[in-house]
Amino acid sequence: MIEHLDLTMVNWARAQFALTALYHWIFVPLTLGITWIIAYYHSIYYKTGNEEWKRLTRFWMRLFAVNFAIGVATGIILEFEFGTNWSNYSWMVGDIFGAPLAIEGLFAFFIEATFFAVMFFGWDRVSRRFHLFSTWMVAVGTNLSAVWILVANAWMQHPVGQQFNPDKARFEMTNFKEVVFSPVSVSKFTHTTSSSMVLAAMFIISISSWYLLKGRHQVMARRSIVVASVFAFLASVFVIFTGDQSAYAVAQKQPMKLAACEGLCRGEEGAELIAFGIFNGDKKIGDDNKPCVFKVGIPKVLSFLANRSFKSFVPGVKDMVFGNPAQGVMGAGEKIAMGKKALAALADYKAKSRAGDDVGAEAALAIFEANQKYLGYGYLEKPEDAAPPIALSFYSFHFMVILGTLFPLVALAFLVFAWRDTLADHKWLLRLGTIMFFLSMIAHWLGWIVAEVGRQPWAIQDLLPVTVARSNLTAGTVQTTFFLFLALFTILLIAEVGIMLKQIAIGPEEG
Amino acid sequence: MIGNLEYSTLQGLWWLLCSVVGAVFLFLNFVQGGQSLLWTVARTGEEKSLIINSLGLKWELTFTSLVVFGGALFAAFPKFYATSFGGAYWVWIIILFTFIVQAVSYEFRNKPRNLLGEKGYELFLLINGTLGILLIGAAVGTFYTGSNFQLSQYNLVTWTSPLRGLEAAFNVFNVFMGVFLVFNARTLGAMYLLNNVDCTGMPELEKRLRNAAMTNFLISLPFLLYVLVSLLLMKGFEVQEAGSVAMVSHKYLANLLANPILLVLLLAGLVLVIWGVWKSARSDSTRGIWFGGAGTVLVGLVVLLLPAFNNTPFYPSKVDLASSLTIHNASSSKFTLTVMTYVALFIPLILAYIAYVWRAMAGRRINLDDVNNEEAY
Repeated sequence: MIEHLDLTMVNWARAQFALTALYHWIFVPLTLGITWIIAYYHSIYYKTGNEEWKRLTRFWMRLFAVNFAIGVATGIILEFEFGTNWSNYSWMVGDIFGAPLAIEGLFAFFIEATFFAVMFFGWDRVSRRFHLFSTWMVAVGTNLSAVWILVANAWMQHPVGQQFNPDKARFEMTNFKEVVFSPVSVSKFTHTTSSSMVLAAMFIISISSWYLLKGRHQVMARRSIVVASVFAFLASVFVIFTGDQSAYAVAQKQPMKLAACEGLCRGEEGAELIAFGIFNGDKKIGDDNKPCVFKVGIPKVLSFLANRSFKSFVPGVKDMVFGNPAQGVMGAGEKIAMGKKALAALADYKAKSRAGDDVGAEAALAIFEANQKYLGYGYLEKPEDAAPPIALSFYSFHFMVILGTLFPLVALAFLVFAWRDTLADHKWLLRLGTIMFFLSMIAHWLGWIVAEVGRQPWAIQDLLPVTVARSNLTAGTVQTTFFLFLALFTILLIAEVGIMLKQIAIGPEEG
Repeated sequence: MIGNLEYSTLQGLWWLLCSVVGAVFLFLNFVQGGQSLLWTVARTGEEKSLIINSLGLKWELTFTSLVVFGGALFAAFPKFYATSFGGAYWVWIIILFTFIVQAVSYEFRNKPRNLLGEKGYELFLLINGTLGILLIGAAVGTFYTGSNFQLSQYNLVTWTSPLRGLEAAFNVFNVFMGVFLVFNARTLGAMYLLNNVDCTGMPELEKRLRNAAMTNFLISLPFLLYVLVSLLLMKGFEVQEAGSVAMVSHKYLANLLANPILLVLLLAGLVLVIWGVWKSARSDSTRGIWFGGAGTVLVGLVVLLLPAFNNTPFYPSKVDLASSLTIHNASSSKFTLTVMTYVALFIPLILAYIAYVWRAMAGRRINLDDVNNEEAY
C-alpha cells in the first residue's frame, strides 16, 4: 500500500507537528483556564460595582488577549497540518476525524470570535449584563473548543465507533455517540481542562506574588490571589482524581503506553507503582537488565490503579512485544503477521474486484475481515517497533505526577495565608509563587509528551502507524517548513513574552 | 427526516453548505481589504488607529470562517482536503503563513516592546490582505483550470508538479481570479470602514474611503470580466456517463444554462455590488457594505457551485482526468454526512447570535475615544 516509506520525511513531519503543537500548548492551557477566572472577577465587579475589581478584571483580560492572539495563530496551522503533512491520515480517517474539527469551528470558534470582541470592547458599548454574559461566553467557547479537539484526539488513542471500508480504503464512522463519549475522551477532557485551570490560576499567583514582593499593586494582587488560590486548590485536587481516571483509561485501552510510562518492562501480578526512579539507559526490550538503576516503589499500587485490583496482572512492554501466552497477552509479532495478512488480502480484494472476479474478491474480503483488527501492525517491520520511546515516556510521566502533587500543597498554602492576610509575611511562599506558572507549564508539556509520545508508533492506535499517515512530500520540503515555523513562532513568542513582561511591569491602570 | 435523505442529496447539500461558508468568507474579506487600504487611505496615526480598531472588531470572524471552511471540507469532503492540502503544499503553507501573522498583528501592533514595531505588524496585515487573498483566489481558480495530481488505488495523492501548488499562480485565469478578489476585498473594506468608522470631523478620510470604494471596484472590473468571459468560453471537465472524465467545450456555460438559478444569482450579485459601490461613492450613504457584501456572497456562491454540479468534477486533475474529484467520490460516508447535517441545524442559531452581537456593537461607530482606551489595538 505504501511503497516507498521516507522515514526521514516522516521524522521531520513528526518534528514539525511536535513543534507546532508544543508552541500551541504554551498558550492554550492558559486561555482555557484563565477565561473562567476572569469571568469570575468580572462577576464580582458586576455584583459589587467596585472599581478595583473592574481594574483587576481589565488587567487580566489584557494579558489574556495577548496570549489568545498567538494561541489562535498557532492553532490554525495545526488544523491544516493534518492536510498538508498527513494527507494519507486525512483521507483514511477524515470521515471520522473531520467531524469534531468542523463542529469545533461551528460551535466553539464562532462563540469565541463573536463574544471576544464584546468582552474587550463592550465596556461602554453594551449593557453591563450583556457584557458580563459575553465574558462568560468566551470561557464557554474556549472550553467547548477543548471538548471537540479532545474528542478528536481521544479517538486517535481509542478508535471506537468506526469500521474499515475496503472499497474506499478508509475508516468510516458508524457510531457518533461512541466517538464523543468514549471513556478516553471523557477523561482527556476533564484532565486537560482541570489542569489548565491550575495553570491559569498559577499564572495569576505568579504575577501577583511578584507584585507583592515588589510592593506594587498590593490590593489587586491580594484579591487576585484569593480567588486564584481557591481555583488552583480545587482544580489541582480534581486533577489528581481525573489523572487517576485518565491512567485507568490508558491502562484499559493503551496498555503499552502505561507500561512505558511506568517503566514496566516485564509484566507482573501485584505490580508496584514507581514513585520515583532512574531509568536504566542500557535497558533493551526483552533483555535481562533491570529497567531502573534506582527506584522508590509502592507495592501493588500499579495493579490497583490499572485494574482496580491489588493482585491483578499488569502487562509489561516485553509481554506486549513478544507475547505472554500464560497471561493471555498476544505479542506484536503475531499481530504483525495478522496485519500483513490483512494488507495482502486487501490488495487481493481490490485486484480481484477490478478484474470482476466476485468470488475471489469475496474470499479475499473474508481473509481481510478476519485479520483487520491488527491492520496497522502490518506496516511494522519487527515486534519492537510496537513500543514507544520508554525512557522519555517514563520521565515525562513521573515528573508530571511529581509536579501535580506539589500544586495542591502550594495552592493550599496561598489560600490559608491569603485568608489570614499574612501573605506579605511569607516571602518564601511568594518567591515560590513566582515560579509556579513555569512549573505548571512544564507539567503541561510533560503531559502532552506522555499522551503523544507514549502512543507511538500509532497515529490511530493499532490501526494506522505514523509512518503511513504522512503526505507524499520530500524530506527537504518538510524540513524547510519546519525551520520556517521554528523561526516564525520563535519570533512571535519573543514578541509575546516581551509584550507580556511590559504589560506586567505597567500593571493595571491606576484608579 | 434527515436520516431519510439520499446519499447524493446529502453530498450536494454539504457542497452547498461549504460554498455558503466560503462565500461568507469572501464577504468577510473586507477585513483583508481594509488591511491593505491602511497603507493608502490612512494618512495620519489617528486615521490608521481608527481603521485598525474598526477592523479589529471583525478580524476574528473572518479568521474563524476560514477555519470553519477548512473544517467543513475536512469533515464532508476528506478526499479533497487530503488531495489539495497534501498536494498543493506550498500554496496552502504560504496562505496559512499570511493568516498566522495576521492573527497576532492586531493585538501586538501598538503594544510596547512588541519586537517588530508598528510597521512590522502593519506589513503583516498588508501581506495577509494582498498575497493571502491573491493565493486563495488562485486556489479557487484551480476548481476550473485543474491541478496536477494523481490518486493511487488507495486514494493516496501524488502531486506531479515540483512547485507543489504554486504553479496555480502561473495560470492567467487563476491569477486574475486572485487579483479580482484582492480588489473586491479592498472595495468591501472601504465600504465597511465608511459604515463602521465615525468620520465626524474627518471629511478627508471619508472622501478617501468613498474614492477607494469606486477606484478599487473599477480596477477589479477588467479582472472580473476576464474571469467571467473565460468561464463562458473555456473548456471544462465533465463526468461522462461511464464515469470517466473528459474535457468538454463551454462546459461552465452549459452548467450556467442548466442551472438558471445560478445565472440569476450571478447577475443579482453583480448588480448588488455595483449598487453598493455606487451608493458608497456617489452618495452620503454608509450602507453600501450591505449591498456589496450580499452581492459578494451571491457571486462567491456561484463561483463555488458552478464547478460542482451537473456532472462536473469540482477539483479536476489536469494530468490524470480519472483522478478528478467530484462531490460524490470525494465525500464522507452517508452516516457522517447525516450526523453533520443534524449539527448544521444549529447554523441559524449561530448566525442569529453573530447578527445580534454585530448589531449591539455597531450601535456606536468607532471614534477617537475608542482608539485611546487601554484595550485599543
